[in-house]
Amino acid sequence: MKNEWPLWEVFIRGQHGLSHRHVGSLHAPDAEMAVKNARDVYTRRNEGVSIWVVEAKHITATNPGEKGPMFEPSESKIYRHPTFFDIPDDVGAM
Amino acid sequence: MSADLFEFLCRMGDNTLILGHRVSEWCGHSPVLEEDIALANTALDLIGQTQLWLGLAGEVEGQGRSADDLAFLRDAWDFRNVLLVELPNGDFGQTLMRQFLFDAWQELMLGALKESSDARVAEIAEKASKEVAYHVERSGDTVIGLGDGTEESHQRMQAALDYLYPYVGEMFESDAVDAAMAKAGIAPDPASLRDAYDARLAQVMAEATLSIPDDRFAHAGGRTGRMHTEHLGHILSTMQWLQRAYPGATW
Repeated sequence: MKNEWPLWEVFIRGQHGLSHRHVGSLHAPDAEMAVKNARDVYTRRNEGVSIWVVEAKHITATNPGEKGPMFEPSESKIYRHPTFFDIPDDVGAM
Repeated sequence: MSADLFEFLCRMGDNTLILGHRVSEWCGHSPVLEEDIALANTALDLIGQTQLWLGLAGEVEGQGRSADDLAFLRDAWDFRNVLLVELPNGDFGQTLMRQFLFDAWQELMLGALKESSDARVAEIAEKASKEVAYHVERSGDTVIGLGDGTEESHQRMQAALDYLYPYVGEMFESDAVDAAMAKAGIAPDPASLRDAYDARLAQVMAEATLSIPDDRFAHAGGRTGRMHTEHLGHILSTMQWLQRAYPGATW
């Protein structure tokens, strides 16, 4: 029998209108307890209004060894940044 | 009336003070980090509630005693907590069983106190009930998880329930103080909460595959101050020694 509870990744929405951000991970026997543990571990100081948890094994990640073909090709394509336009001040942050 | 109200407020505040202190004993010792933080959060909530209850008690008494004075400068015979909350932590399962047995009572009590004729009591109940709604959900789920868990966890939880159940009845006792509170519309008669409590207990224990003992014998004496278990003095000596050794010390 495995003695370790599964690992869960925790995402918290800091305030309404913002997106959930990854804040860390924890162990819990099931999804409901993972939410409760996340509440106790990561929102003690009023950090959030919403919690997502996902079991770490369900996350598919890029392979660090493939970062060349994955990410380098976009380095030389500066024209993909909209920096060639004059943005009116009242548009605000983009 | 104010003597009865003082007594009632000490009962509420001493329950949360002693249980809060008991639960805080797990800090740094829990089986896993997540539970350690969760228990510490619960303990802090309870101590926070204590400040409100005992703060109001001191105000009602009118002798200039603060919540700290009541917590740190009374001796065992002045404490009015139910015996359940001073019992030793035992293993993690026993701690969580005790927590659930108390949380389920406190949730009902605070629910009724939100309608109190005394606005100060209603206000404390309003704030505390949000914390307790979470406590009871967490402790209830843990009792179910461990009761309906492995053979060993089941057997430990059944042993915890068998040990603690004789301390449940005291929470529903009524005396002259309760009658005065009920008459003034300040607090419910504790006996009136028993049916709802039993229903909640039956539902959770059924899900936890645990059997509630048939015997309704109840150890009592804590909330009236008639007697405490030998454990209370040990808690107080840990909790109060600094104020006793260095009177008036602050940081």
